[in-house]
Amino acid sequence: MRLTDLTLKELWHRKSQLVSGLLAITLGIGVIVGIRSFSVVSEKAVAVNLDNLGANVLVLPQAASVDNYYSADIDAPTFPESYVERIVTSTLPGVDNLSPKLTRRVKIGNENIVLTGILPKSEIASKPIWQQGGLMAKKVAASCAPKPGAEPAKYLDAKLQRKGIDSLAEADCFIGSAVAQRLNLKEAGTLPIEGKTFTIVKVLPETGTVDDDRVFANLHTVQALLGTGEQISAIEIMGCCSEISDGLLGKLRNVLPDTRITTIGQIVSTQIETNKMMNKISLVFLIIILFVGSISIGNYIWANVNERRKEIGILRMIGYHKRHIYYILVLKGIIIGLLGGVAGYIVGTLGAIWLGPQFAGIEVSPIYTLLFVSIGLSISISILGSVIPAYLAGKIEPFSNMQED
Amino acid sequence: MLLQLNNLTKTYHHHDGAINAVDNLSLDIPKGSFVTITGASGSGKTTLLLILGGLLRPTSGKMSYNSKEINLQNDENLADFRSKHVGFVMQSFALVPYLTAIENIMIALNVKNSNTTENRKRALELLEWVGLEDRTTHYPKELSAGQQQRVAIARALANKPDLLLADEPTGNLDPGLSEEILGILKEINLKQKTTVVMVTHSPMAAEYGDTKIQLKNGKLHNLDSAEIKINKQVLIN
Repeated sequence: MRLTDLTLKELWHRKSQLVSGLLAITLGIGVIVGIRSFSVVSEKAVAVNLDNLGANVLVLPQAASVDNYYSADIDAPTFPESYVERIVTSTLPGVDNLSPKLTRRVKIGNENIVLTGILPKSEIASKPIWQQGGLMAKKVAASCAPKPGAEPAKYLDAKLQRKGIDSLAEADCFIGSAVAQRLNLKEAGTLPIEGKTFTIVKVLPETGTVDDDRVFANLHTVQALLGTGEQISAIEIMGCCSEISDGLLGKLRNVLPDTRITTIGQIVSTQIETNKMMNKISLVFLIIILFVGSISIGNYIWANVNERRKEIGILRMIGYHKRHIYYILVLKGIIIGLLGGVAGYIVGTLGAIWLGPQFAGIEVSPIYTLLFVSIGLSISISILGSVIPAYLAGKIEPFSNMQED
Repeated sequence: MLLQLNNLTKTYHHHDGAINAVDNLSLDIPKGSFVTITGASGSGKTTLLLILGGLLRPTSGKMSYNSKEINLQNDENLADFRSKHVGFVMQSFALVPYLTAIENIMIALNVKNSNTTENRKRALELLEWVGLEDRTTHYPKELSAGQQQRVAIARALANKPDLLLADEPTGNLDPGLSEEILGILKEINLKQKTTVVMVTHSPMAAEYGDTKIQLKNGKLHNLDSAEIKINKQVLIN
């Protein structure tokens, strides 16, 4: 019969009290787990949305107009293509994909269209919306990690990305849906631009953006055709949302000081702010739970101490030291913390899974790492709560058991 | 001498003044004696027993155990003294309600020895000795009052103490059971040479002692002993 056995037997002896003692800590941890589960799903959703929007950071020449993010590169001044290399060699975190572009208006027959030279791999990878339309036949997952330190989501099939590079040959082009309609063009047909005939590899599905009016050809072909040399009018970057909020734009400006760097400001900032708010709410709840949980556990342990005054007196009478009494009560707190952490995780996760689709329209999956966080947090709260009652219990006189009932 | 008390005083402070529950008491208790302490309610007999067992600190005075002075002000020191040298038998049995008979004894053994197997063996021997070998897994509420007191006696003997202190051990028992428990205490005193100090209201129980002390207002009022010396103590009339 060790003190640990004694503690476990006492817990079992007072099962109903244990349940009531667990209630507060379970609910508290459950709320935190629930909020965090929502928050993580929300962050992932933001990352996916940003990826689906395509590139979210645009590097333009200093003199370019940025009135419209999606058409800012059209007829913009140019800067050297070597700027791409500068970004790549800077190894900035959060730059998932680069797409250098040269864009000019050209006339085909009586129609004005936008000719954009791209390096296919990067352009395609930064436009997952095209792939969903059938170009790559596979959906590209979010490339943004939900937060720094977490493993970023991967593209589903890297080989298909490489296939995209190879498919855009020197005389090949993709055309937007609006261009195809206006010029009555079809796949495998040809399209003469500025005296050069291009083969139409793919008619891109409608995106609802200016891209529908574009013709995409190999960047180096377009440069030669327009006689710009190794110049480009923009670099599209798919930046990670968390990195953008952590100052990616400023770091890019340091690398390319003579450029204008812009982002899909409103979208990014709103979604990042939402996530930040969720995190702040989690923090507020965490502080509340720390206080309320500790007080609740403290109250429970103190009630337990009062109920066990006689028993504590017996233990002290037969020679147990104060530290043994501390051990018994703090161990009890730790066990309650452990049980509360596990129960809170289950309640919070099940609650989020159940409430997510009904109230927020999102599917929540269990986050298994939160189990360890819940247990750690719950045990910390329980220890905090049990320290003072344990200290006071140590002051119970060893002759307390002599008081008759 | 097993215990030597020198000018022990325990003062309780109440709103209407201070009361000396034990008043400047000096006493020697020899090894192997069976001392009974009687006196009216409030005479200080339980307070004296608590001080003898290291459960209560005196306000002033000294106490020596085997000629070695005990630091009566140090909690841990007193706890060690209790676990090594003293066994307690209380009127209310003082058993832990959610532990079985054998566990109630093992919890006392665990203070000195963490070997569960050895402790279980020793606890079984003690339960056999008090005739409860068939009640090892019974909880206190499943035992009669006499059986509970026998478990308490077995626990008091667990660590082979030199001193057994009993506070009204028959107070909750009928006359038949009282005699049975007193017989066990006498047997412990005679066979194991354990010094027994028993506080009692019962004149019949007091007769089991070879030394009978009567307290009045915290002072020694009467002493009937062939061995015990009154040390610097004036009997009050």
